[in-house]
Amino acid sequence: MSLSDTGVNFSIRRVSAMVQRYWYLLRSSWPRILDLIYWPAVQMLMWGFLQLYISQNAGYFAQAGGVFIGAVLLWDILFRGQLGFSISFLEEMYARNLGNLMMSPLRPPEFLAALMIMSVVRLSIGMIPVSLLAIAFFGFNLWAMGFALAAFFVNLILTSWAIGIFVAGLLLRNGLGAESMAWTIMFLFLPLTCVYYPVGVLPEWLQYVAWCLPPTYVFEGMRALLIDHVFRADLMLEAFAFNVVLFCGASVAFLKLLASAREQGSLLQGAD
Amino acid sequence: MHETVSPAIAVDNLVKVYKASTAVDGISFRLAPGTITGLLGGNGAGKTTTIATIMGLVTPTAGTVTVLGANMPRERYRVLHRMNFESPYVDMPMRLTVRQNLSVFGQLYAVPDLKGRIAGLAADLELTEFLDRPAGKLSSGQKTRVSLAKALLNRPDVLLLDEPTASLDPDTADWVRGHLERYRHDNNATILLASHNMNEVERLCDRVIIMKKGRIEGDDTPERLLAHYGRATLEEVFLDVARGTSAEAAS
Repeated sequence: MSLSDTGVNFSIRRVSAMVQRYWYLLRSSWPRILDLIYWPAVQMLMWGFLQLYISQNAGYFAQAGGVFIGAVLLWDILFRGQLGFSISFLEEMYARNLGNLMMSPLRPPEFLAALMIMSVVRLSIGMIPVSLLAIAFFGFNLWAMGFALAAFFVNLILTSWAIGIFVAGLLLRNGLGAESMAWTIMFLFLPLTCVYYPVGVLPEWLQYVAWCLPPTYVFEGMRALLIDHVFRADLMLEAFAFNVVLFCGASVAFLKLLASAREQGSLLQGAD
Repeated sequence: MHETVSPAIAVDNLVKVYKASTAVDGISFRLAPGTITGLLGGNGAGKTTTIATIMGLVTPTAGTVTVLGANMPRERYRVLHRMNFESPYVDMPMRLTVRQNLSVFGQLYAVPDLKGRIAGLAADLELTEFLDRPAGKLSSGQKTRVSLAKALLNRPDVLLLDEPTASLDPDTADWVRGHLERYRHDNNATILLASHNMNEVERLCDRVIIMKKGRIEGDDTPERLLAHYGRATLEEVFLDVARGTSAEAAS
């Protein structure tokens, strides 16, 4: 059996064709573009004003300038990264186009690569204007984090892709019955990865769970940076190691769910 | 009727079981290159599962499916670029224009001179004036022609069609059949066609396979099937098979 038989063969042309397909879709609808900016902006403004209020009334939080806004922006990278990946995948199901793609020479790794690229494109359209709004409204400059922001971003986007890949597998196997997972699965990470509070707040047994999740290291790292002005490279490396495991696990799960979808005949949506 | 040399499609003792129900129950057939074969059967006969297995979208429970010498689905990437299909169970993305849709699929199939190929197909299938219209804004007849353009984009050696003329008016349906005949003739393509339209099958197909409850009940040329069942039309043959009756019993 050759490499191409196993789907290992990788074509940039096919990835680029899929990215082009999603770009055509995105630019054909201004509500889709507006939606990418709307919720991150609302969230950032709400948490920003809350932080402003707290900082005027509590000495500790006054020192921790921008922790809430930073947290909400990084949370949006994690959440919107996964959502951007999953929505592009769902568009194929809504359009009943999966059969066309699955019977084309497009390999699963190419399909996933296109979804990853689109998640970054969608994230950029949403987050760049919102990060500028944070500067305008609250004087919080996310970009001033520099290299630390790059480390945070890489780790958060890897987690979001891993979850997106797993959800795509569930959707292939179970059809649109699993759609709600695409919209809600990341909210499980919200309390467990300690987006808005330190890990120490959790009960001890739950802290073990939290430290198994890569974003926990990022949010702890962000607080270390904003409160103590220290960049914790050790936390970023640990997050990356966990991300590698999570990404590989999600990829294996996706391939197994895809094989199961072929067994169950669920790739031809709506066929009897 | 079994071809012995290099079949384009070979199905051997194919079985597909979904949980407790058997969709396909040990069928075998071989399709020679350059032939058009009709796959007939009522709802639940196993036609769609058979076609999906040939496309590599479904893994057989038992038996083997080989397309252009490649085992499906295991070796599908060796031959998917030489195959294509049209089915009512799939659509083209509605918000993309016809040109955008064909361009994306053309790149996936690595079609050479893609712009020229799209222009040629659009002229052949009378789609030129719709090329820059969103696929969702086309009539069902126009959508069928776009789906056919997508199915022919890579000049497939094996073309699988599931109800290719469903929801078309008689004139457009006749035109599509004519186009398929020409395509087969010009490209020596192998076409497997699932249809409920008996006139279509009689006109297009060199051979007809009739399925019922996952098994093959009849497999021959249309003329021989008519003679075997003692009927004047394939529709009567189809009804005999579906109802388990015969010409003698009916008379």
